Amino acid sequence: MNKEGALLAYVTRLGDNALVLGQRMVEQVAAYPELEEELANANFALDYIGQARMFYSYAGELEGQGRGEDDFAFLRDENEFRNLLLLEQPNGHFGEAITRLVLFELFYLAQLEALIRCSDERLAAIAARAEKEIRYHLRHNTQWLVRLGDGTDDSHRRVQASVNELWRYTGEMFEADDIDTIVEKAWGGPSLERLEERWRSDINAILINATLVRPEDGGMATGGKAGRHSEHLGYMIAEMQYLQRVHPGASW
Amino acid sequence: MVAAAYSREEILRWLGQVADPEIPVLSITDLGIVRDVEIGETVTVALAPTYSGCPATEVIEHSVLEALREHGIEHAEIRRVLSPPWTTDWISEEGREKLREYGIAPPQEGAGKRALLGANLDVACPRCGATATERVSEFGSTACKAAYRCRECLEPFEYFKCI
Repeated sequence: MNKEGALLAYVTRLGDNALVLGQRMVEQVAAYPELEEELANANFALDYIGQARMFYSYAGELEGQGRGEDDFAFLRDENEFRNLLLLEQPNGHFGEAITRLVLFELFYLAQLEALIRCSDERLAAIAARAEKEIRYHLRHNTQWLVRLGDGTDDSHRRVQASVNELWRYTGEMFEADDIDTIVEKAWGGPSLERLEERWRSDINAILINATLVRPEDGGMATGGKAGRHSEHLGYMIAEMQYLQRVHPGASW
Repeated sequence: MVAAAYSREEILRWLGQVADPEIPVLSITDLGIVRDVEIGETVTVALAPTYSGCPATEVIEHSVLEALREHGIEHAEIRRVLSPPWTTDWISEEGREKLREYGIAPPQEGAGKRALLGANLDVACPRCGATATERVSEFGSTACKAAYRCRECLEPFEYFKCI
């Protein structure tokens, strides 16, 4: 793979992560336990959809075949999506949503911070925009994880179960493939090894604060970055793409 | 090519009449999202998006083209500028004053960084000026606002979120 191809694949992957997580959050709109969190979820989802649009528009330009953001979002099949498995897992309870966000955003924030310094100007600019938003999310979500973990017996038990359940999807974030390696070497992108070091120390500190136990690293579920997904993504995409598939080019 | 019948300053003045759709007391120049105006074969207006998912972005772009057309500029386009990213520090002094009058506490200069680092800021009530205020919700009616309440005059108000 040449360096241009790697950059395109990398940017598409960033878009896929943002879109799939954003869509999962959109599914929860009007279903949150209280108004403040309802607004937080909707606002955060909007940030992710907005970021996906910036990544996809850029991917379309890099590809140079006339595809735009909508083509990437609505006209690709499940195996063409390269998002992390963690992000496509179905929504659970409120504490589970918070747990997923903290696990992912600690990684994503570090990734964006590194991308601000990469040599591709446009990617660096998108990262600079997105980084501010994710930092704001993380402050909110981390506070919640601590509050739930260090809360009542019931909230502690439930959020610990979520951490245990989702832990197996965290290994994939740091699994470097050709695309990661080329973007690191040729474009000054992040080193996943370094991101992992930082993530581990950050998550350890948060879990201690939240009086939660860090699960053992067992077998990690991976494959999303290569287009091998869990059964959940297909259903999600089917719903998300329905309108454009049935009425191609529909707009309003 | 016909010599341009309008200057950059003039166009900027027209853009100063284009309102932000979500906070209509603010113009897009108050908001600090107009980065540049280039006059060539076409007029190019460089705009910085505020928040990634802000639904107002496209409405604003549409309004800009509309405003230019009203002043006889048929060939105009929008260029989106991502770098340097917009932050609340780009809001002008005048814009801050307009926000206050409208009942929205303006963001403090340079507050974005501090707020993100978790510092608790004193937000003055836009109605009575008291700093004894409390945050009700980090999220408000639009992506850019948080909900506050004044403990002195007991009025609820919105605070322009610092990002």
